[in-house]
Amino acid sequence: MSEDLATPGTSVAAAQGAGATDEPLLQVQDLYVTYPVRRSMVQALRRVPKQYVRAVDGVTFDVRKGEMVALVGESGCGKTTTAQSILRLVESSSGSIRFQGTDITKTPNKALRGYRRRAQIIYQDPYESLDPRFRVRTTIEEPMTIHGVGKGGSERHRLMLQALVRAGLTPPELYVDRYPHELSGGQRQRVAIAASLVLDPDLLVADEPVSMLDVSVRAGILALLDGLRRDANMGVLMITHDLSTAAHFADRIAVMYLGRIVEEGPAKQVVRNPQHPYTRALLSVVPKRDPRNRTAPQILRGETPNPVNVPAGCRFHPRCPVAEERCKTIDPQLHTAPTMQTEEHQAACILV
Amino acid sequence: MTTPLLEVRDLHVWFDLSHGGQLHAVQGTSFSVEAGERMGLVGESGCGKTTSILAVMGLLPPNASVGGQVLLNGVDIMAEGEDTIRPHRWTDIAMVFQGAMNALNPVKTVGFQIVEPMELHEVAEGTAARRAAGELLEMVGIPAAAAERYPHEFSGGMRQRAALAMALACQPKVLLADEPTTALDVMVQAQILELLSGLANDLGLAVVLVTHDLPVVAQVCSRAAVMYAGEIVEAGPMDTLFHSPRHPYTRLLFAATPDLYGDEDVVSIAGTPPRLDRQIDQCPFSPRCDRTFDRCKVERPVLKTVDVDHRAACHLNDVPAGAPA
Repeated sequence: MSEDLATPGTSVAAAQGAGATDEPLLQVQDLYVTYPVRRSMVQALRRVPKQYVRAVDGVTFDVRKGEMVALVGESGCGKTTTAQSILRLVESSSGSIRFQGTDITKTPNKALRGYRRRAQIIYQDPYESLDPRFRVRTTIEEPMTIHGVGKGGSERHRLMLQALVRAGLTPPELYVDRYPHELSGGQRQRVAIAASLVLDPDLLVADEPVSMLDVSVRAGILALLDGLRRDANMGVLMITHDLSTAAHFADRIAVMYLGRIVEEGPAKQVVRNPQHPYTRALLSVVPKRDPRNRTAPQILRGETPNPVNVPAGCRFHPRCPVAEERCKTIDPQLHTAPTMQTEEHQAACILV
Repeated sequence: MTTPLLEVRDLHVWFDLSHGGQLHAVQGTSFSVEAGERMGLVGESGCGKTTSILAVMGLLPPNASVGGQVLLNGVDIMAEGEDTIRPHRWTDIAMVFQGAMNALNPVKTVGFQIVEPMELHEVAEGTAARRAAGELLEMVGIPAAAAERYPHEFSGGMRQRAALAMALACQPKVLLADEPTTALDVMVQAQILELLSGLANDLGLAVVLVTHDLPVVAQVCSRAAVMYAGEIVEAGPMDTLFHSPRHPYTRLLFAATPDLYGDEDVVSIAGTPPRLDRQIDQCPFSPRCDRTFDRCKVERPVLKTVDVDHRAACHLNDVPAGAPA
């Protein structure tokens, strides 16, 4: 099994050139991540029951080769925890995460190295994620040294320059000897991307890749990620709170609320034909560029409840503008309704 | 012509650099705002938008020198520096700082922190001040009883509301809000923007919204000024800025912003803004502009009126319609 993981590109033959293929690269099934809430000694002696934060509470989705999937939702909805458990940066409580057929939640830590090479993450803040004492060359050569990529210094140097070019830093010679503080925010994020690309990954997880960057450079970074999935057939999982970005760049959008996916489908369908009341409310408050497109925002009161006390029935019912009595008892499952245009579009609401 | 509530005229800010030399952060900005009006000040980081409003508040660090006028109801409050600004700070002009929600004092109750400026500025004291604090909290959507609670007991959205209540403690006429929704979730952002609009409508508060987020300005403000490299390059009604911009930077900034329903490609603006520690003798945007011509390289354009209530600083506006540029 680990043998299979360690040889990248074994099933690349099945890829069909540019664009999404039907072969799932990543299959997340029924994923749960719970954290115990620390009790004080007094609470333990009084036998106050143990409580758990249900950060990810039964999440199922796929990422195919050459596809960009956006996981969107407000802070605390579990999108980042989902991403971290996919990379085994946090351990899941139950469920499976299959990467090209192999369940990586069952892989022993030592055998994970091959997977860690093939699944890379890009963080939100390139000011934090790069080591300030490393020149660009060191930042990009380090992962190659760790994973034993490239034979000798000259080949690594060549691969490093290649990665910089792929990340849009041309001519690469201009950047190799710089320190992070000598780069702009957009250039730093490109260096972080180059450090991932040098390992030739199949899956790229991008956690809010542009939210710290200036508006004028965001589009460039997003276009770069878009190009990687189209040209290099990578699967990209983008974690974002920005629905406009997701609508523009992702093939599919999954909307999370309190640890669950409440609506999922092709990006255009989710944005133009939203079904779940939460998705509808969320879309209605996204500011639009054109002042003539001002719509009456459907503002939900209060904030997302604490994931320690997930409401019974539908977890959205206390804030839902159209909730009925039965929503307090029935926990809705994702399903396709007649109002949707494709089987791929699903929502977890009994009123749909 | 009536006198605007707040008018900034030809504002300049220079910072002395530690290694000698000066950085010309704000290079002659002029804008005005009326009672009840919501105006946006937009641009990339480092364009001078925050420095401009800090100058209006008289809150720049000691290594800054300021030129120009800040007229409040027609009276220049910057004329004698700190002496003439102090009587108006917080009582007439107030500011919500960027990240204010994370700057509340953790060991004082929220109520105390609203009462404090009231007593300091002798607006109210004792029981009256505490009652006023409760009313302010209610106004921003927090139960008055929460005045007894500490900032850590509040969520991010509630802390931002509390920071707003604090800025409004001395009943100012102008509110300068620096990126008030940047770190917030989209639903909480909508709640805060609704609150700001309500304050302008109900109290006649003039709001200057400083942000890099064009769609936020498009949804909230009637007018906006776009800043680049320390100066305003275009200003006018929001609708005009989007539908008929007269400066390429404004057009490209909109084109770089993804829209929920927009199908056109989102394009980034290549290059970076110019350094402000040296004199700029050309159009500061020309190296990044997609319509640069000879004149842009040798002459810096000035902000000119191009239409009713619409100003832009671009040589293209001098080229007769139909002529090749």
